[in-house]
Amino acid sequence: MLDFSILTTNIDSFLQGLKITIISSLIALLCSFILGTLLAVMRIAPFKTLNWFGTAYVEFIRNIPVLVIVFFTYLSGNFGGMAAGTIGLTIYTAAFIAEAIRAGIMSVPNGQMEAARSTGLSYGQAMRMVILPQAIKIVIPPLGNQFINLVKNSSLLAVVAGGDLMYQGDLISAKTYVTFDTYVFVALFYLVLTIPLSLGVGFLEKRMARSN
Amino acid sequence: MFKTKTFVKMAVVSIMAAIFLAGCGGDKDSKGNSKDVLAQIKEHKKIVFGVKNDTRLFGLKNPSTGEVEGFDIDLSKALAEEMFGKDVKPEYVEVTSKTRVGLLNNGKVDAVVATMTITEERKKEVDFTDVYFQAGQSLLVKKGSKIQSIKDLKQGTKVLAVKGSTSAINIREKAPETTVLEYENYAEAFTALKAGKGDALTTDDAILYGMAEEDPSFELVGGTFTEEPYGIAVKKGNQELVDALNKALKSLKDSGKYDEIKNKWIKN
Repeated sequence: MLDFSILTTNIDSFLQGLKITIISSLIALLCSFILGTLLAVMRIAPFKTLNWFGTAYVEFIRNIPVLVIVFFTYLSGNFGGMAAGTIGLTIYTAAFIAEAIRAGIMSVPNGQMEAARSTGLSYGQAMRMVILPQAIKIVIPPLGNQFINLVKNSSLLAVVAGGDLMYQGDLISAKTYVTFDTYVFVALFYLVLTIPLSLGVGFLEKRMARSN
Repeated sequence: MFKTKTFVKMAVVSIMAAIFLAGCGGDKDSKGNSKDVLAQIKEHKKIVFGVKNDTRLFGLKNPSTGEVEGFDIDLSKALAEEMFGKDVKPEYVEVTSKTRVGLLNNGKVDAVVATMTITEERKKEVDFTDVYFQAGQSLLVKKGSKIQSIKDLKQGTKVLAVKGSTSAINIREKAPETTVLEYENYAEAFTALKAGKGDALTTDDAILYGMAEEDPSFELVGGTFTEEPYGIAVKKGNQELVDALNKALKSLKDSGKYDEIKNKWIKN
């Protein structure tokens, strides 16, 4: 059976790793949501240069493995492992969030924008106050998926010595040689983070549906 | 009502997943029941060595030929020939400090010849042959660095190491105030050192010489501060294979073949 002494003797390391994973994921979640929304708006804005930039960003970034992006951010800047990993995750996840939100914006009927504009709102105001609130409601399920992926992808911090849960797991398994059980505990710690996130997204989805 | 149901369902699924994973873990305890490794090698006419693919001078994959080259490879080839003649074909599988014990125990490799230090801790997990190479831990720094020996590793200095290596454990003992950052393999650790992510890189001197040879703007400082006797590791309980390897190692040393291989790779 599972060797619980691995968990009890290394609980400090596990909790330290969990803390880094949570902080890194939260920062990346918030930043990638903002960046992704901006990119989505760029892609559909009535300005050619912005369209081009948004499309170029999304196509470049989402077609590169996130591990490679994390290496680039780590080796190109004067960042520590955790900062570089979080920046890499933000850059990567933003591309997917942009696509999800763009799909949401496209699914809001054209008439909404026309009606908003005819009441005297500028394009930016109409986008911010009329279109985006409707779009985000539609894309909550795919956004939830992206955020769960983000938490799991944060395990890449381990390769740049970021000190996260996976990194601590690597060190504990190397120290004790109890590889399998160590990673079982690592998996359980990730589940502790991702399952509430899944449930939270489901809950939010129902709340939003009710207000329609 | 619906919400509670979903929650209960998810909780049940995750508990089942945990039990399933724990169950898998149990399999590893069945070691020792399998057939003797030496007999298997003779039967299948091949011996699988676990070697490093990222360590210059010991085991490094040559990208132009796709072959792994180094002291560990040449030595294991000579050992295989000494033990079994031309009958048994040596094969190579990449191992890292992290994976080598696991791959031995699940039978994917027969013997690990991968710059592996013999320690008391590891002897509980695997069996070792006699020492085949005597290394010692040292420090690699950029030329002109303020760090000239282990005494210069103070609070705030960052030392780079590789996950699962004895050098990471040693440096924490010998310089407890310093920050240790651990990477997947030597190539990544050296890249991080070149990118200025740390002040020094620590591992066995033999491996560091390989790095200094690759990039002469780095040098070894402070001599060695530990003894790192390298041994060949086999799965626990295969004394016959250990004996055969020891016998072959001794006759290679007696015949001068060992020195020939060693001088080919390690010049210092």
